[in-house]
Amino acid sequence: MRRLVVLGAGTAGTMVVNKLRPRLARDEWSVTVVEPSAEHFYQPGFLFLPFGSLRARDVVRPVRPTLTSGVELVRAAVDRVDPDARVVHLEDGRTLAYDYLVIATGTSPRPDETPGMREGLGDTVHEFFTYHGAMALAARLADWPGGRLVVHVTEMPIKCPVAPLEFAFLADAFFTDRQIRDKVEITYATPLPGAFTKPVASAALGSMLEDRGVHVEPDFVVEQVDAEAGTLSAFDGRELGFDLLVTIPVNMGADFVARSGLGDELNYVPVDKHTLLSTAYDTIFAIGDASDAPASKAGSVAHFAVESFVPNFLAHVAGRPMTHGFDGHANCFIESGHGKGLLIDFSYDVEPLPGTYPLPRVGPFRLLRESRVNHWGKLAFRHLYWHALLPGRRLPVSAHMSMVGKQRPEAPTPGTTTGPVVPAGMD
Amino acid sequence: MPVTTIDGREVHVDAEGFMTDPAEWDESLAAALAAAIGIELTDRHWELLRFLRADFAEQGETATTRRVQTVGGVPTKEQFALFPKKPAKKMAYVAGLPKPKGCV
Repeated sequence: MRRLVVLGAGTAGTMVVNKLRPRLARDEWSVTVVEPSAEHFYQPGFLFLPFGSLRARDVVRPVRPTLTSGVELVRAAVDRVDPDARVVHLEDGRTLAYDYLVIATGTSPRPDETPGMREGLGDTVHEFFTYHGAMALAARLADWPGGRLVVHVTEMPIKCPVAPLEFAFLADAFFTDRQIRDKVEITYATPLPGAFTKPVASAALGSMLEDRGVHVEPDFVVEQVDAEAGTLSAFDGRELGFDLLVTIPVNMGADFVARSGLGDELNYVPVDKHTLLSTAYDTIFAIGDASDAPASKAGSVAHFAVESFVPNFLAHVAGRPMTHGFDGHANCFIESGHGKGLLIDFSYDVEPLPGTYPLPRVGPFRLLRESRVNHWGKLAFRHLYWHALLPGRRLPVSAHMSMVGKQRPEAPTPGTTTGPVVPAGMD
Repeated sequence: MPVTTIDGREVHVDAEGFMTDPAEWDESLAAALAAAIGIELTDRHWELLRFLRADFAEQGETATTRRVQTVGGVPTKEQFALFPKKPAKKMAYVAGLPKPKGCV
């Protein structure tokens, strides 16, 4: 009997076991998933909890029913992996031997990484990347009278890089609806040089922030938070005052990854970005947010990655080469408030571009432009997530990114110059 | 890919001005690049640049400020002192390496 052990029953881990179990003969393979939590959270829903537009019960389900039959669920936390002995040590002292291991333990917010952030949480400092954090922020916003709101990203990469932008858009709409928008000053502080990571989307999203009266503070690398004084200071000496700070803390992979000697400086597992096989062990894969693949940390990326991973895994365990290269495909709805949204679709090689998706001209989704259909898409996705994505059903979109429907900007013409060219914004 | 002449030699740079071929870089080029952004290189700068070069050769990617801190042993605060305001970008520029990805 060969043993597949999957660590983590989040979005990626659940899809992995649900898609692989039917493809692995029951008399040849055991499939075990290790998960400390009894609950599976629909994490994209956390964005809506602070504004009361989703309720707690919309975003949480028990783990067991999300797993297909024939998958053993071990409710435990991982202490460490011994990759040479191929054994997982659990915190409760049990051990699990494996032939192949899939690390799908994701990434989590670490307020302890920034001086003053953890101490400030709960009163004037909030986050919404955890269920409890999002609920605490909902309670705070319900009677917040207004003042200086700073929406802040501590360090890249973070899970769902569009989430803080969406929060700023939704906050603008929320305060407008409550008729206190004139009492709220919104600042968006980011370590990036602009609103987003890639230039075309950064320009589009940056002007949407401007249209909403949100001030952007770029290249802001936070040094510390002083909750009592209500200040956020940067390494370059800048200081931002706040009455309410909504921060995305540093995101890091699971601590057992570091304890096992399997991680980089953020506890992400170095992998080949096309096969997701560990660069150190050919019996270990890492998928979803847990890997160091240079793709967005997002559920859609996990979904597309699993589509390539399944045939690759089956080939690898049969001693055949892995031929289904993952292209870093990401597809993210961006809520922009007042019943509208955007969609972006991109990969390792192609940045988010304007156009339509999935079909040219007719869409129905608009890329990098606001529309109501995009917003409905985002809302409908929650049902797809529980009923199609997690169970491992095939969705009617290609796993690989396609250029169909996308408008590519003209490439700059190469030239010849003399002397060092100084990049813009270097001062 | 644009070409520019620095310190009497032709080097390949991207649209922004970052060098695209790490093999074209040497220490005299670094001094010229640093001067272009108003930095005079001290011993501490050189230690940091050599770490970045060695780490890139091993990893195939430019180290982020976090990696320079945790692996290279230079605290973020000091990186800001050596390469004011935008250390990640400036370190990569002077070391002749691509901009650190950090952002996807």
